[in-house]
Amino acid sequence: MSVTYLEAIREAQAKLLREDDRVFIYGQDIAGKFGGAFKATKGLAEQFPGRVLNTPISEDAMVGTAIGAAMEGMRPIVEMQFADFSSIALNQILNNAGTQYWRTQTPCPITVRLPSGGTKGSGPFHSQSMEGIYSHYPGLVVLTPATVEDAYTMLIDAVAIDDPVIYCEHKYLYYHLKADALPTEKLPIGKARIVRPGRDLSIVTNSAMVHEALAVAQQFSADGVEIEVVDLRSVKPLDTDTVLASVARTGRLLCVGEAFPWGGVTAEVIARVATEGFHLLDAAPARINAKDTPIPYHPNLWSEHRPNAKTIAAKVRQVLSE
Amino acid sequence: MLQTAERGASTSKNGPHEKYLEAFRIMLQTRIFEEKLASLYRGGLITGGVYIGRGQEAVSVACGIFLQEGDVFAPLIRDQAGRSAFGEPLVDVARTYLGSRSGPMRGRDGNIHRGCPKTGQLAMISHLGAMVSVVVGKLLAKRMKGEKGFVGLTTIGEGGMQTGATHEGMNIAAVERVPLVMVATNNHYAYSTPNDRQFACADLVDRAKGYGYEGSSVDGTDLAQCLEVIGAAVQRARAGRPPQLVVASTLRLAGHGEHDDASYVSDDIRREPFAQDSLQLAEQLILEQELMDREALQQMRAELAAEVDEAVATAQQEDTPVGSEEDWCAVATRSLVDQPALAE
Ligand SMILES: Cc1ncc(C[n+]2csc(CCOP(=O)(O)OP(=O)(O)O)c2C)c(N)n1
Repeated sequence: MSVTYLEAIREAQAKLLREDDRVFIYGQDIAGKFGGAFKATKGLAEQFPGRVLNTPISEDAMVGTAIGAAMEGMRPIVEMQFADFSSIALNQILNNAGTQYWRTQTPCPITVRLPSGGTKGSGPFHSQSMEGIYSHYPGLVVLTPATVEDAYTMLIDAVAIDDPVIYCEHKYLYYHLKADALPTEKLPIGKARIVRPGRDLSIVTNSAMVHEALAVAQQFSADGVEIEVVDLRSVKPLDTDTVLASVARTGRLLCVGEAFPWGGVTAEVIARVATEGFHLLDAAPARINAKDTPIPYHPNLWSEHRPNAKTIAAKVRQVLSE
Repeated sequence: MLQTAERGASTSKNGPHEKYLEAFRIMLQTRIFEEKLASLYRGGLITGGVYIGRGQEAVSVACGIFLQEGDVFAPLIRDQAGRSAFGEPLVDVARTYLGSRSGPMRGRDGNIHRGCPKTGQLAMISHLGAMVSVVVGKLLAKRMKGEKGFVGLTTIGEGGMQTGATHEGMNIAAVERVPLVMVATNNHYAYSTPNDRQFACADLVDRAKGYGYEGSSVDGTDLAQCLEVIGAAVQRARAGRPPQLVVASTLRLAGHGEHDDASYVSDDIRREPFAQDSLQLAEQLILEQELMDREALQQMRAELAAEVDEAVATAQQEDTPVGSEEDWCAVATRSLVDQPALAE
């Protein structure tokens, strides 16, 4: 038996619906036999009548409704059809959900699932990685699971958290990642994971880029260069301690992110290491992101737009040579 | 004024609405209170803006007065009367405007952005239309939890009605068939913009049909009509009818906020029937129909002024928030604070 990343998300939701009456799922095309654009809720509407609800194409109102329900004691999960469309709900997420607890002391435990990141042929409006935007605003927890195990446990944890959670699930990982079984153990939210230990350089990354980084680390290992790969898991809060500890071991830092290059997660990690761990660095910290253009449609362009094993390896060489 | 008597009588053949005097008292209290706020603002004693509902008190009071425990109310910037009718303590309003740390917002948010979700009064965010779907969510959750007999009421202006959020929120309410009452006040200006640059339909109430709502129109200057029409809409929603849209017509009898002299409001529009002051008309009706005499009115005014002064004095004596005692923590889950050092 094996479980894909997508199945883990579905199983986590099934468990949540089974065990917690307060949970319902709200999104476009998620109910009935159809079960969502990616089938993340397939079968759930039949199994849990009245709790997996199709919505009109109204991202703002979907999130607004979830906010109201959460304030009333429910634990709604909103499925965005694609992360990119959550831009329509940005106002509700940032200004309503993100400020609610601070302003009124009323918790707003919504979970917004964002099918994120690029896949071939998806183009400018079905490929975005938006964790940086959401993390910029106060009052939100932002998660980017990179493994089947994390996809499962972090979604269950997300719903239990009393705050609004942006859960960024990577579409490329939906079918590509498989585990033998659902996990029985978990790391807490807010902890990064060292997915590969090393001594020569730290790659700090998240989501699908964890796997690109691992491939690069594998290559370099053959030449005796040991790269440590840190999977942030949670972008906000960001586990600065684990990152600093890794840089303390390796003295070199490369941050890799699939999002656009201006600001964002990679910039934040570098800012923290530079301000809190400058003395740990033997070389200038580096980062690599997608290019500063909309995300291209054609696979030839798309594979060059985002960081890939080749461009990451080139950056690694540069940092090692300093 | 004969016209007033006719207006009042035509909508309430068996004498004025049973809540007429109660509503009038709240309107008058609101007027006195908002005039006080405006004068505090002019005196430099209020930080941030002051937005008042002058002229709109009849519509607003009718929005709050029919709501009960378990209902949801999402007021906006011209709804002091409705908030008071819903049960918001005056002292909490004063506290919010004067930045008392004892107020419901504790200095974290100010003026009209106040609320107390646990009593059912939501704290608006500025973005117009954003509260509509939040009310829908509250109502949906109440239904899921098995509660019965509740309604939600939210207000909007003719300007706020043109946002995408309002459209999405109104539509999803009908799709979910929740007991929502939406009271839109067309006060003919959205900040400085007149209606012809806000919408091009003949009458906003026509939208009710498009959304699957039941629609009604009301003369917002006439308290008796407001109570009757909005009261009936609340009752219909409570009884399980589709969402209700009530469109009221008034003129904003103040600036957009107290910083604004409203010099752009044309003289012609000030002569329109909808430009009359609902409070003045109600007072005239009360005297004409001898519901109260001048002396009793005068006494009511004095009592209300004392209540207002007391609320303001209380808030003025209270401590203001202190940065060093603020916890600077926006999440409910302490263990998930990012960079805890920054919160110190
Ligand atoms: C989405 C949004 N855009 C702009 C504003 C700024 N703003 C606040 S009140 C207002 C005018 C609102 O007019 P209307 O909805 O007709 O209500 P009224 O002030 O007349 O009661 C504007 C433009 C806002 N609050 N929200």
